[in-house]
Amino acid sequence: MSADAAQPASFAFTPEYEARADQIIARYPEGRQQSAVLPLLDLAQRQHGWLPRAAMDHVAAKLRMAPIRVYEVATFYTMFNLKPVGRYFLQACTTTPCWLRGSDEVVATCHRVLGIGVGESTPDGLFSLVEVECLGACVNAPILQVNDDFYEDLDGPATERLLESLRRGEVPPMGSATGRQTSAPAGGPTVLTSLSFDAAPAAGKGTE
Amino acid sequence: MLDDKDRTFTNLYGLHDWRLAGARQRGDWEGTRELVLKGRDWIIGEMKTSGLRGRGGAGFPTGLKWSFMPKSSPDGRPSYLVVNADESEPGTCKDRDILRHDPQKLIEGCLLAGVAMGASAGYIYVRGEFYNEAQRLQAAVDEAYEAGLIGRNACGSGYDFELYVHRGAGAYICGEETALLESLEGNKGQPRLKPPFPAACGLYGCPTTVNNVETIAVTPTILRRGGAWFAGLGRPNNTGTKVFCISGHVERPCNVEEAMGIPLRELIEKHCGGVRGGWDNLLAVIPGGSSVPVLPKSICDEILMDFDSLREVRSGLGTAAVIVMDKSTDIIKAIARLSRFYKHESCGQCTPCREGTGWMWRVMERMVKGQAEIEEIDMLLDVSTEIEGHTICALGDAAAWPVQGLIRHFRPVMEQRILAYKAAHQARAA
Repeated sequence: MSADAAQPASFAFTPEYEARADQIIARYPEGRQQSAVLPLLDLAQRQHGWLPRAAMDHVAAKLRMAPIRVYEVATFYTMFNLKPVGRYFLQACTTTPCWLRGSDEVVATCHRVLGIGVGESTPDGLFSLVEVECLGACVNAPILQVNDDFYEDLDGPATERLLESLRRGEVPPMGSATGRQTSAPAGGPTVLTSLSFDAAPAAGKGTE
Repeated sequence: MLDDKDRTFTNLYGLHDWRLAGARQRGDWEGTRELVLKGRDWIIGEMKTSGLRGRGGAGFPTGLKWSFMPKSSPDGRPSYLVVNADESEPGTCKDRDILRHDPQKLIEGCLLAGVAMGASAGYIYVRGEFYNEAQRLQAAVDEAYEAGLIGRNACGSGYDFELYVHRGAGAYICGEETALLESLEGNKGQPRLKPPFPAACGLYGCPTTVNNVETIAVTPTILRRGGAWFAGLGRPNNTGTKVFCISGHVERPCNVEEAMGIPLRELIEKHCGGVRGGWDNLLAVIPGGSSVPVLPKSICDEILMDFDSLREVRSGLGTAAVIVMDKSTDIIKAIARLSRFYKHESCGQCTPCREGTGWMWRVMERMVKGQAEIEEIDMLLDVSTEIEGHTICALGDAAAWPVQGLIRHFRPVMEQRILAYKAAHQARAA
């Protein structure tokens, strides 16, 4: 299906998204509602799954911007998907810190297990694979971002397990595949060991 | 080694409660009202005493930067604090930990920095990919509002300060402060010509100061413990502590807060289990994020990790993101991948950068294979110097420096690659 064929004729925020959009616009001073263009395009993408032209026009009208200004923004920032993507949007970081720790293996595993290359989607619409630049989690390299979540400290087998889970519709908890505590060295922190603040360690992962 | 009691980021690894209650147990928001009431001159004075230099890479003295903000507003324009949480410099992942594990330190710092610069509002610009981190930060901001710590009459001090979280959408260039402001105003993230500087004309044409997350988050602790305490850590002109991010070929990559000026070797051996295969297996280190020139092992043996030491060896502390490469690394390929990064991230505004980053990347890809002439190494160096310093922002410099560092320290490797390619292809032709 070509991107043009997929373009919906119209787009409007659902009441829930509309309320969130209004809440976001209120963060900026009177007359500066254009500041909300990135968050609103993000909302539109979350609602629709990707960012069609009609959604850009809707955002432009809502923010009283010329549509061309919105198109400029939507095409400048890499996180806007101007074409449909799979339910699991796999974003493999391959910049030097990830590359040094084996991002080639992560990409190769995606390719082998899913049968798709970079920039492609599986025919069932479940997976899309792209290569991205530094995700900013380099001490937990290599990273594969799936939709909003970072999967860290991966290797070939861990990537394969992740993909198999997703295929079954199970989304494993994000974070380190080796189970280490966030950015602390494997095996436990070398510092901050002489401090105690609270009795039970809080869950390290997950937000709600 | 730095004592735990002198570490600011006591929840760096998220072992403790990130919420307000937990943060308060760790000392955040203690006596903040009194700090606010001491006023902007006192705050700026303590920051100058502390010697804190900006943690986003440039290392500009923070107290001095804040002092540039106007003291009054005859035309009624408000002043803004903008926090740069667009952490995207390859190798760097320290702000992420502050956002998700110690968000109250950042929020309290925003209030205090806001007071110091007379700002009525602050925006925290978080890179788009940090969705979960931004969600958590927003939850922390909400908690701070509910507790009356920020907003109207913040902490009961009589000072009004609003704070907002804003997410980007994937553009490294928005880490450049004026590109960030453009992005925050709802435009493409293309840097502005300076002057005017943001302190005179920044967000919405109003006086604005843009600071890195770590710079702001360390502020409350400095003000509570005194600028002199911070200045007593590290080395003169390179004071305090710093969160280092050590990635690449070490046994145990990690983030760790250490004193400025710690020897690189000690940093790697004490906290990361050493270089994979031992110190003698070290090939090179990029000491401050992808933009700073690479250093060969011979320099790494003795080098101290701070602004001035690294500048002396023609590199930089940058964001203190230490990318370690052992002897198995194809160093040309490692740098070529960075060239591709800069080509991808160039905003396209200035010709030397838009065209030059792509050109350097294409030449670097040939250098990886050795499919080049020896003379082209000098041409590459020459072109890199034509990009450096000839663009509106520092992305051109940042793209040139890794290539220059490679040529400076690893020219023989590049020459050998070219000769090997020639030998292989001549042999095949014969």
